[in-house]
Amino acid sequence: MKLTLRVWRQKNADADGALSTYEVDGISSDMSFLEMLDTLNEELILRGEDPVAFDHDCREGICGACSLVINGDAHGPERTTTCQLHMRSFRDGDTIDVEPWRAAAFPVVKDLVVDRSAFDRIIQAGGYISAPTGAAPEAHATPVPKADADFAFEHAECIGCGACVAACPNGSAMLFTSAKINHLNVLPQGAPERETRVLDMVGQMDAEGFGGCTLTGECATACPKGIPLPSIAAMNKEWLRAQRKSARR
Amino acid sequence: MALATKTTTDRGTGRPPSPPRSRTFWGSTIGKKTVMAVSGLLMLGYLVAHVMGNLKVFFGPEEFNAYGHWLRTMGAPVLHHSWALWLVRIVLLAAVVAHAVSAYQLSRRDIRARPTAYAHRRKRSSYATRTMRWGGVVVALFIVWHILDLTTGTAHPGGFQEGHPYQNVVDTFSTWYGNVIYIVAMLAVGLHVRHGFWSAAQTLGVGNARRERLLKTLANGLALVLTVGFVSVPVAVMTGVVS
Repeated sequence: MKLTLRVWRQKNADADGALSTYEVDGISSDMSFLEMLDTLNEELILRGEDPVAFDHDCREGICGACSLVINGDAHGPERTTTCQLHMRSFRDGDTIDVEPWRAAAFPVVKDLVVDRSAFDRIIQAGGYISAPTGAAPEAHATPVPKADADFAFEHAECIGCGACVAACPNGSAMLFTSAKINHLNVLPQGAPERETRVLDMVGQMDAEGFGGCTLTGECATACPKGIPLPSIAAMNKEWLRAQRKSARR
Repeated sequence: MALATKTTTDRGTGRPPSPPRSRTFWGSTIGKKTVMAVSGLLMLGYLVAHVMGNLKVFFGPEEFNAYGHWLRTMGAPVLHHSWALWLVRIVLLAAVVAHAVSAYQLSRRDIRARPTAYAHRRKRSSYATRTMRWGGVVVALFIVWHILDLTTGTAHPGGFQEGHPYQNVVDTFSTWYGNVIYIVAMLAVGLHVRHGFWSAAQTLGVGNARRERLLKTLANGLALVLTVGFVSVPVAVMTGVVS
């Protein structure tokens, strides 16, 4: 396959960036999108140019490191992570636009790499449970209803890649935050911090400069892990409940 | 309990004297959305009552004018003449202001949160969703004209007659611009309600995966009934059914 790439190049956080056009040849349709970028980078290095910086780690679709907005879609045209997107999703001779996640809370570090530490700070604000250290407790000591376990697991699938923020026209982190809150709030292990968790995490989310939710649904469409849109409603419910409880105190 | 591994927000040592702004109700995006949802539902309830009142125009001038008169004697003899009406007006005004202020502040925030647009543009989300902001402005401007036209009579075409709403309605919809403004605004209301009602349900935490279809159907149904109900009046005047 021969492709034309328009890739966002930006030297550092303060520099102005622009789309640069590159031609890549000899791309196999079995390559992943990141392998295609590796091919481009090898060429750039041979030519003595600066290779394109992009985030990646496991390349198995489970770590949440890879990003990229490909032709206007977070993680590209398939519902998966960029590392699991294969070049068979494109046709020979295509022009592909590759841009970084765009959000005020995710500043560009270099080229296609953005700083997603705002997510880490949201997790630090309440994405944990208090548990005694030592040997693991007996698994049946705390029964969890099947429906709750499924609900928690569905939300625990979130890998924190930030595609929801990238896809949202408001740069909102509601889907990410709701996945993390719902995952813990439904379980008995998460019950002691149920109210403070939702108030602190939503507070941190707002403090990071993410936008509000207008229910466009773009986030759930982009999510490679299929976190559903009603997660946001479930988080809103938890937040309102926590507000009522803290007002009564 | 595990020993505190965090010191800054440790609940065990007592709460910080004042929570950060974003943790308060009004300081939070979810709090502002809640204000929008509640005020929006209040206004939606009013619209349902309004459209039912409007449809009385099809039963002739006597019934319609009597209904207009009853709105002023509503609550009598406990309440003085038009006190109940003023109560409704005050609640509605508060709802409009709360809705608009939250919308403005949230919109400002949303635009700031996404300062750079993607070079590769594509169509995103539904028409109703994309037109919420400007549609809201259109509806707000319409309300101003609508009050000046049919409540105060300031912008009314021809002689405005207090207490004769039937004649006033016919006057307004006998002008081409009256019809255009009204019908465009009612389409905007329909679109606004379509996304707004469903969104309000999500914001208030009523939505979940199982109720998704029910809520969407309700939102679409409400939007359709309101738009068709409101638009039927100018259409009836234009076609001579009401004159």
